[in-house]
Amino acid sequence: MSEHNEIDRVSGRSTTGHEWDGIKELNTPLPRWWVLTFYATIIWAIGYWVVYPAWPLVSGYTTGLFQYSTRASVATDLADLEKLRGEKMAVLGNASLADIEKDPALLALARARGRTVFADNCAPCHGSGGAGTKGYPNLNDDDWLWGGSLDQIMQTIQFGARSGHAKTHEGQMLAFGRDGVLKKDEIVTVANYVRSLSGLSTAPKFDPAAGKKLFTENCTSCHGDNGKGNPELGAPNLTDQIWLYGSDEETLVETITNGRAGVMPAWVGRLDPVTVKALAVYVHSLGGGK
Amino acid sequence: MNKPVSPDELITDEDGPLYAPRKKVFPQSVSGRFRSIKWRLMAVCLGVYYLLPFVRWHRGLGAPDQAVLIDFPNRRFYFFFIELWPQEIYYFTGLLVLAALALFLMNALGGRIWCGYLCPQTVWTDLFYAVERLVEGDRRAQMKADAGPMTAKRAGRRALKHAIWLMIAWWTGGAWVLYFADAPTLVRDLATFQAPAIAYVWIAMLTASTYLLAGYMREQVCVYMCPWPRIQAALTDEWALNVTYKYDRGEPRCSVKKAFDIRSLGEKAGDCIDCNQCVAVCPTGIDIRDGAQLGCIQCGLCIDACDAVMTKVSRETGLIGYDNDINVQRRVAGKQEIFKPVRARTVVYASLITVVCAVMLYALMSRTLLDVNVLHDRNPIAVRLSDGAIRNGYTLRFLNKRGFDRVIAIDVDGPADAKLHVIGADSVTPDRPMIVLGRDTTTELRVLVTAPFDEKAEKSVPVTFRVTDIGLGEIASATDHFVLP
Ligand code: SF4
Ligand code: SF4
Repeated sequence: MSEHNEIDRVSGRSTTGHEWDGIKELNTPLPRWWVLTFYATIIWAIGYWVVYPAWPLVSGYTTGLFQYSTRASVATDLADLEKLRGEKMAVLGNASLADIEKDPALLALARARGRTVFADNCAPCHGSGGAGTKGYPNLNDDDWLWGGSLDQIMQTIQFGARSGHAKTHEGQMLAFGRDGVLKKDEIVTVANYVRSLSGLSTAPKFDPAAGKKLFTENCTSCHGDNGKGNPELGAPNLTDQIWLYGSDEETLVETITNGRAGVMPAWVGRLDPVTVKALAVYVHSLGGGK
Repeated sequence: MNKPVSPDELITDEDGPLYAPRKKVFPQSVSGRFRSIKWRLMAVCLGVYYLLPFVRWHRGLGAPDQAVLIDFPNRRFYFFFIELWPQEIYYFTGLLVLAALALFLMNALGGRIWCGYLCPQTVWTDLFYAVERLVEGDRRAQMKADAGPMTAKRAGRRALKHAIWLMIAWWTGGAWVLYFADAPTLVRDLATFQAPAIAYVWIAMLTASTYLLAGYMREQVCVYMCPWPRIQAALTDEWALNVTYKYDRGEPRCSVKKAFDIRSLGEKAGDCIDCNQCVAVCPTGIDIRDGAQLGCIQCGLCIDACDAVMTKVSRETGLIGYDNDINVQRRVAGKQEIFKPVRARTVVYASLITVVCAVMLYALMSRTLLDVNVLHDRNPIAVRLSDGAIRNGYTLRFLNKRGFDRVIAIDVDGPADAKLHVIGADSVTPDRPMIVLGRDTTTELRVLVTAPFDEKAEKSVPVTFRVTDIGLGEIASATDHFVLP
């Protein structure tokens, strides 16, 4: 600083020699309390290094005097929270699904719990609001592959579909094309027939009689005589407006050719029974429940 | 305006110390017009602060009887006849806007009068100074004691001063917590050590901060910590009245005798006799004769001091006074002084204040006791059902601000043939879901609106939820949109 032997004419103080747009910085000493506070923060920081985990080492880090760990503290906090919630959750655990639906307070509690659990576990596939996407069912609509009653929803959450769990839902859309059951043009015909079931337009050359014949021979065993589906087998209703994989001819041809077998994991064992219950209530109350 | 420094006044130690110890300020007591205004304002401010929690206000059964109460557990704010819910937090926004505008207006009219007269830092510091003078004597006695050795007598006075300071500080913290609970009950609980721990913590914190800020930090809060002087400097203009030393009249400074001699020769002498009284009384320890500066909180005490001096030497008072830059220049040029309190800036601030007040008053008067808010599901925004119908989901939040339970019915006006389904409705008369709203609470419900799909319909139509109190007939409604996928 000694090179800047410049004095500000107005204030009579020396300047630091720094200048911006003609405004010069005065060399004003700091107030003592300010400097002392600054030193105190430095000392505090050194204390912090010693007491808390601070420095990265080659294979680890300094653990500090108190062995403080954020993970451990989160675990304690969570345990405390569980304890805090225990009573309320016990009420939820003891109530039947029907009771919960009837009691506004319980319903609100189950929905609140269900919402967070849904966001943590279900949202990756079904979307944050349960809107689903291609291949992952929309939980807000009224079409349910495996049934939409409270009990059925809970069943599906617990054991999943094609999850490998002993009690899981089983059901398969066969690969009619890949397995050589139907030929290419037959598949196109069936696809058009299926479209006609829910009132969608069909290709100009489509022969309804041929479609019906093929459908009766191959599909009714699962989807029923009139294509209304079967929740026991997870066979979708083909007469409604809801399509899990899409309703255009190309998608249907693909579905019939190679089959479909989406997997829903089993949550029993991963989530506790009360949580599963809350989740079932939440999903049911999204609007699609029956 | 800054007075230029002459070369021999220049400080030449260009490598000055890293830090500067605080210059102790021993403001001298003073009496006069502004001092008495300050005493009165101090009495009003402190009186309101300390006594307001004890004012009662009868609200009826189940509601607190305290006029001003911030009820955190139940999330209510009571202010005399006003009861505010968390949803009405915008009133506080309004109040803050009003406070800011009032500050701007004050600033446009009289500079930092807030700082000098009403700021809590000023009020409490002033009080602490008064205590200090009472116990340790006025400026001269304090300076003498400060320079001399520590005697037993002095130590005793010191201790007494700090004891009184701490008592005031403690009372200040105590009054604060009384705003958050029933005051008489809390006082009793505090005395019997049954009050919640948080009350003691807050009292301790406010005792400490009052004691430190008003006892030790004093003017340093204004000079180093407070952002307002910086903002104020950018908001002010040449018309604002500021405490000003009229150097056109005061300079050159000369002793009474010398001035007499000069004047007897028929020449002009400055009125300032350089007695330093204005500096001695200044609570921030500055010399107003150096011009407008950051340290000046515009308390007007130097005006009182100088007026007393001017009276004594039989000169016209007002050598220091509330004045503006323009007048200094006008007087030098021999022109008439002008003051313009009504100008674009003040008119704008005043009208903004009026508008905000009017809006808030209107909102307050038309405040409802039954209310409903609606939130549309964001994901999915619309759902197609198996029969092709479209359904939208909403969360309705009902507010029952009355002190009793009531039964309400929910109706919907929206797209043609819309059907309403309330999840968890208490009872459903055909097509008219009803629920019970608990007293003085909010209730949240999920509702679904289903309408047949109409290809020609608009992508989005308004949907209105109407809530009717079956007993009282009160109606509230909220509008959102029904959208197609
Ligand atoms: S200069 Fe005068 S008005 Fe400003 S703070 Fe000091 S005494 Fe108060
Ligand atoms: S009190 Fe008045 S006369 Fe005395 S020094 Fe200050 S301005 Fe000058």
